[in-house]
Amino acid sequence: MTTQNPNGEPLIRVSHLKQYFPISTGFFKTKPLKAVDDISFDIMEGETLGLVGESGCGKTTAGRSILHLYKPTGGEVIYRGKPIKTAQDIADYRRKATMVFQDPYSSLDPRMTVADIIGEPLDVQHMYKTKEERRERILELMDHVGLNSEHAARYAHEFSGGQRQRVGIARSLAVNPDFIVCDEPVSALDVSIQAQVINMFDELQEQLNLTYLFIAHDLLVVRHISDRIAVMYLGHMVELAGADEIYERPLHPYTRALISAVPVPDPVKARANQRIAMTGEIPSPLNAPPGCPFHTRCPYAKESCKESMPELREIEKGRFVACHRIEEIG
Amino acid sequence: MALLEVKDLHTSFFTDAGEVRAVNGVSFNLERGKVLGIVGESGSGKSVTAYSIMQILASTGRIVSGSIKFDGQELVGADEKVMKTIRGNKISIIFQDPMTSLNPTYTIGHQLMEAILLHTNRNKQQAWDRAVEMLRLVNVNEPEKRMKQYPFEFSGGMRQRVMIAMALACEPDILIADEPTTALDVTIQAGILELMKDIQKEMGMAIIMITHDLGVVAQLCDEVVVMYAGSICEQGTADEIFYNPCHEYTKGLLRSIPTTDSGGERLQPISGTPIDLLNMPKGCAFAPRCDAAMKICIQEHCDRFEINENHAAACWMNVKKAKEGAGL
Repeated sequence: MTTQNPNGEPLIRVSHLKQYFPISTGFFKTKPLKAVDDISFDIMEGETLGLVGESGCGKTTAGRSILHLYKPTGGEVIYRGKPIKTAQDIADYRRKATMVFQDPYSSLDPRMTVADIIGEPLDVQHMYKTKEERRERILELMDHVGLNSEHAARYAHEFSGGQRQRVGIARSLAVNPDFIVCDEPVSALDVSIQAQVINMFDELQEQLNLTYLFIAHDLLVVRHISDRIAVMYLGHMVELAGADEIYERPLHPYTRALISAVPVPDPVKARANQRIAMTGEIPSPLNAPPGCPFHTRCPYAKESCKESMPELREIEKGRFVACHRIEEIG
Repeated sequence: MALLEVKDLHTSFFTDAGEVRAVNGVSFNLERGKVLGIVGESGSGKSVTAYSIMQILASTGRIVSGSIKFDGQELVGADEKVMKTIRGNKISIIFQDPMTSLNPTYTIGHQLMEAILLHTNRNKQQAWDRAVEMLRLVNVNEPEKRMKQYPFEFSGGMRQRVMIAMALACEPDILIADEPTTALDVTIQAGILELMKDIQKEMGMAIIMITHDLGVVAQLCDEVVVMYAGSICEQGTADEIFYNPCHEYTKGLLRSIPTTDSGGERLQPISGTPIDLLNMPKGCAFAPRCDAAMKICIQEHCDRFEINENHAAACWMNVKKAKEGAGL
């Protein structure tokens, strides 16, 4: 794994990104669902940034907005110092930033051969001159992800889940990207296959100098693969820090509760683990509470937490936390 | 006598492509008040084992041979009338997906009371009271109000709590939980697992926990059965399985998951892909993926080998070690 260069320019800078979806609440009436509400962070070149949170916290939406698969409601995404604005910017950006999807069973077209699935991005982006060149590139990609080139003419249903996910990864690598958003890429796979795919992500990163935004709910997997981890709650980012730091010393009350809920595959540690219980459930993003989004479930919440939204601030070097009372609760 | 004795269970599905031997000679005992975990990947036969106990297999599936004794009573071959007195009453099951296991057109109260009215002699008022009591037990707030609501008004975690309340309403001796928390977030999962543990202590029932998540097993189970390709590779107490694994598959599984103290180093995955149940090898089912496979592993199936009184595994390596240890 590569470490980030603190002085270097980030590969991706996300600045005050907002993604609202209009939800109709009556005749001609809509209300915004604030799936992602003002998040800002940098992703350094060659790093893996993990993005975690409960379902409905906006982590998938954030990943998609960063790729401009949705038109952001506000804020901007800056790629190598250049904001993505015009249609031409987006078209160029598509060649550099791709995505791996969660479900290898539904994200591959059952009517296409594996070669065509992997080759389709090449067709769309006109990235070859001759048929032979296309074929060679496809075989090279299959080799990268450990697929047997003899299987190029097969269909997706002839492959197991792990192999299908390899096809999906080869497809995302086709345009030679330097940034990949991985949206729960291993959660649909069996335990023994998960490790194969996780290792492949690591190897590809080293070989091709890739940068990942790795979205997942399995915190042990995220910790293993990430250099830094960002925690989201109800469309906001509540904590951002190095993977080990966040795991060993979580600061935000939500992160503490989240980490303590992880089932540890070790009976002695599991017995010793003291879970920090959260009261209640995650509120609907349609009726997000005022002030700190977590105050309804936070054991440390005070009156002031209900009034204003805490900002994500750097409280130690490289550690960002959005909590009013972080200094008091230590 | 154990509460549940499963002996040499064989369950097959008869499909157009041939006989799929989903469960291949599974034996285990479940004592009163214990939590047994069945771990395995998809297709390992863990759910089919549970469905065989309940006899709720799909129409193509059949128990081919073996015996399942509940409290001394043979269930294999028992007729539907007998099974109806067992299901829901003595042995209950909760399924993975709380979104689809509740009927969206009836209130939660109606569905809870249905189970109680069917299995006990309570009248409607008593059934209502019992349902409210059960909802309170599984920590559902304002149970009286919740009784009149429909499933869509409940979140995923709350629905799974309702399913648990329903399964426990008749105070079964055994609760089978088939991946009960897989569809839920970790924070909700932790709450459900704690709840199951608390209720288990309070009511003293036995639990069969079917899962692929070794973290869940470590948290909840006293004993563990590890399954691969329809057979048991290893069984023993949780501590034995986690700290002294004796089957290459179990070892591989434990190596391939990220742990709390594994930092940057690579995971060690199990190579290859899961087995095709239609083309089972002659010897050990895991041999094609096993790094330590020997000649005998490919030729012959290994029987259960006792490592100590709390631990058994079906791996030729143990036989070899024992022979070497005995100086043969």
